[in-house]
Amino acid sequence: MKESRLGAWLALIIGTLYFVVPLIGTFEFSLRMRRGTYSFDAYRVVFSDPRFQASFGYSTVLAIATIIVGVLLVVPTAYWVQLRLPRLRPVVEFLTLLPLVIPAIVLVFGYIRIYGSSSLIPFTANERSTDLLLTFSYVTLALPYMYRAVDTGLRAIDVRTLTEAAETLGAGWPRILFTVILPNVRMAVLSGAFLTFAIVIGEFTMASLLSRPAFGPYLQLMGANRAYEPSALAIIAFVVTWACMGLIQVFGRGKAAARRPAGR
Amino acid sequence: MVQGTQVETRPTLAARLMPAQFSWAWLGVMPFFIFALMFLILPTAYLVIGGFQDADGNFTLSNIRDLFEPSILSAYWISIEISVASAVGGAVIGFFLAYAAVLGGLPSWIRPTLMTFSGVASNFAGIPLAFAFLATLGRTGLVTVLLIKFLDFNIYSTGFNLLSFWGLTLTYLYFQIPLMVLILAPALDGLKKEWREASSILGATGWQYWRHVALPVLWPSIAGTTLLLFANSFGAIATAYGLTGSSLNIITILLYAQIQGDVLHNHNLGYALAIGMILITALSNGGYIWLSARSERMRR
Amino acid sequence: MAFLEIEKARKVYGANTVVQTFELSVQRGEFVSFLGPSGCGKTTTLRMVAGFEIPTSGTIRINDRDVTHLRPNQRKVGMMFQAYALFPNMTVAENVGFGLKVAKAPAAEIKSRVEEMLNLIKLPQMAGRYPYQLSGGQQQRVALARALANKPQVLLLDEPLSALDAKIRISLREEIRAVQRELGITTIYVTHDQEEALSMSDRVVVMSEGRMEQVGTPFEIYNFPRTRFVASFVGTLNILKGRVLDPKSGRISLDDQEVVTSRGISDAQAGEIRSVALRPEAVAIGRNGAGGNQLQGTIEEVAFLGAVVRIRMRLRESAIHFDTFNNPSVPPPERGQSVTVGFSREDILVLEGAPS
Repeated sequence: MKESRLGAWLALIIGTLYFVVPLIGTFEFSLRMRRGTYSFDAYRVVFSDPRFQASFGYSTVLAIATIIVGVLLVVPTAYWVQLRLPRLRPVVEFLTLLPLVIPAIVLVFGYIRIYGSSSLIPFTANERSTDLLLTFSYVTLALPYMYRAVDTGLRAIDVRTLTEAAETLGAGWPRILFTVILPNVRMAVLSGAFLTFAIVIGEFTMASLLSRPAFGPYLQLMGANRAYEPSALAIIAFVVTWACMGLIQVFGRGKAAARRPAGR
Repeated sequence: MVQGTQVETRPTLAARLMPAQFSWAWLGVMPFFIFALMFLILPTAYLVIGGFQDADGNFTLSNIRDLFEPSILSAYWISIEISVASAVGGAVIGFFLAYAAVLGGLPSWIRPTLMTFSGVASNFAGIPLAFAFLATLGRTGLVTVLLIKFLDFNIYSTGFNLLSFWGLTLTYLYFQIPLMVLILAPALDGLKKEWREASSILGATGWQYWRHVALPVLWPSIAGTTLLLFANSFGAIATAYGLTGSSLNIITILLYAQIQGDVLHNHNLGYALAIGMILITALSNGGYIWLSARSERMRR
Repeated sequence: MAFLEIEKARKVYGANTVVQTFELSVQRGEFVSFLGPSGCGKTTTLRMVAGFEIPTSGTIRINDRDVTHLRPNQRKVGMMFQAYALFPNMTVAENVGFGLKVAKAPAAEIKSRVEEMLNLIKLPQMAGRYPYQLSGGQQQRVALARALANKPQVLLLDEPLSALDAKIRISLREEIRAVQRELGITTIYVTHDQEEALSMSDRVVVMSEGRMEQVGTPFEIYNFPRTRFVASFVGTLNILKGRVLDPKSGRISLDDQEVVTSRGISDAQAGEIRSVALRPEAVAIGRNGAGGNQLQGTIEEVAFLGAVVRIRMRLRESAIHFDTFNNPSVPPPERGQSVTVGFSREDILVLEGAPS
């Protein structure tokens, strides 16, 4: 089977080239700001740009808000569906797949029309409420991943037995949810949270159409007006994404390692 | 035989609430359903209904008819072409990469590395990706410059332009290929080594094994994921916007312009645009879901 | 010249010698089992014959042709696997006909051969079914038909029944043997189940840790085990610590009681401590036959199993297990009772090596 090994190496090398070269190219470009020499000037400019700090901060705050709302929404739902309402499972799963089927731009189009300033629930009436709408939009985007992570995590811990054990010890359901269930799905929630963070930080379409000062629109603005800062920003974005995925692995592996002894 | 002891504590929470038990759970999932209604169902329904109405609210099919106007039709068509190109390209290249990592007999550290990187790359889409490709293959990009310097070859002289159909496709591959790898690797795991060995002992070559056994078993996964990649590309906008601004006439950018500034001068036509998009991505994703259910069955 | 010759085959992985110098000549039409626990090298040896492993040294010859370095698809050998045997995307008929299709046989020939094979395994009505619609036992029967459809020179079976239920295992065992006899095909069968090996084979190779422990007919292996491993792996056995008193006359001391074995232990030395094997079925209460052996001891445990009464008796240090048949008019002995048991001189065996 030696020839297949050669082909495998070939595919791997070509793949590696395709994926690594753009990163190298971007990094190299970002170092070109100062004429004639390589420097980190572009990064310096970016980090000291108040708009960078403002938009990155804004997106971070929104990401955290999204994660919190998402967890509060998803965990009880997944819990109740698994425990008491198994017949609802297909419906819930269908709903959590909808954000993957309906493009984000279509969704935000709908939000603008339904929740515009002249409608019943005028989310876009002022800035704060638009922020709220954007948060809910992000929750919708992150819903499929969040739900799948939490659902898998719950399935791995035998929710029914834990709940019944807690009940026989006298706990009411809010206490069960917060002190028994939630800690045990912490890992799943965390990995869903990091994925959500990565999604929100880089999101452009919804923030732009709702005219909010998020990181995505800031990136686009930089790209339109500046030469070297965009590459620096791209590298920063890549590092942030990598960090999020890496943290998911770290937390996911902790959980997986605990599960592995039970069999492959 | 040991007799089970009667537990003489107060009845469980569930039993105590037996009549109201269901209402606790229903109450618990209400927020989710309200959310789904408000942010998934209603907005979509609004657009769909609106697409069939005219400015005064009367039912009409004129918006749907207007979708077939040349400029709009060409926007759909270009989107479809790019999506097909990046889906098929992503599927083929992703397949070979996944095959190399899972079945290629490479050192064992390669697969987890590839999987991790694929997880990162499949999320590295949007504006930053556009910047990265501009910095690499743009007119002053690293690769362009190096090729001129060392091989005296200017890719732009061949008519290549990053800000075009092929440039966009090439850029899209950056997140399409990893998605294919992520989904296909577990499917390749499902190919039992006994099938390979049995086919070999029955006289088949490697090619014959792939033609008669492995590919038939894998094709629902491969076809389904290709459809997923198609829908993924069709609904994407940020990358294209970052790359070409609003110059490339793809359907998502057209819709973006319409939402921002009603360039079509007809709100309801905008809704119809959205309907067309939903239809295409729903069909594509529906195909993916159906095919992945089939491949699960085959995996048994 | 035997039909299948495995000559000095060795397999080494890095620092591990997985198979040490395996030598076997299999006659045409013979059914040989490789029997042993996991990791003993039996499957690796089988795979060397199949071509999935290349021996580090040694040769494999089939029908006087050196196949050692041939690929599996060039050897005209049939194989049955333990699990996941059938191709899931093909019907039963397509599975069975696969080898012929690959060999580009004409469609009519494929059809008739598939029919013939399905009749052989008595599943003609399943031709259009898919593997997931069949039970485990049916799938393995189809796997057998598929392996045989090509008319291979040698049939290799790698623990084909291990994943099945006990009842199915027994009926399939008989069916495999019947088919093999009817076709007269040279067969190697790998298993860890000694009952399977004993009931099906013409000869058995007992293996342990890469070594061949013994080769012989089931009768020989069971009644005349040569090593302690073979004796304990095949059948149940009492293993006692004995001191050789007189090698020439075969006198041994078991816990200070003297017995005589008729199997010459000429290679032993007086005073040497050796393992002594005694099959439970050879022991009976109170037999005082002339020239036979006797042992006295105390009943330690009595288990009434219905048709059989299982008894454990203690000498001084050693304990002996044996069975007696239930007899309504003779109640089983009681715990603590003194008892004398007897067995013949042929039944007691001295093994190589001392007990651990």
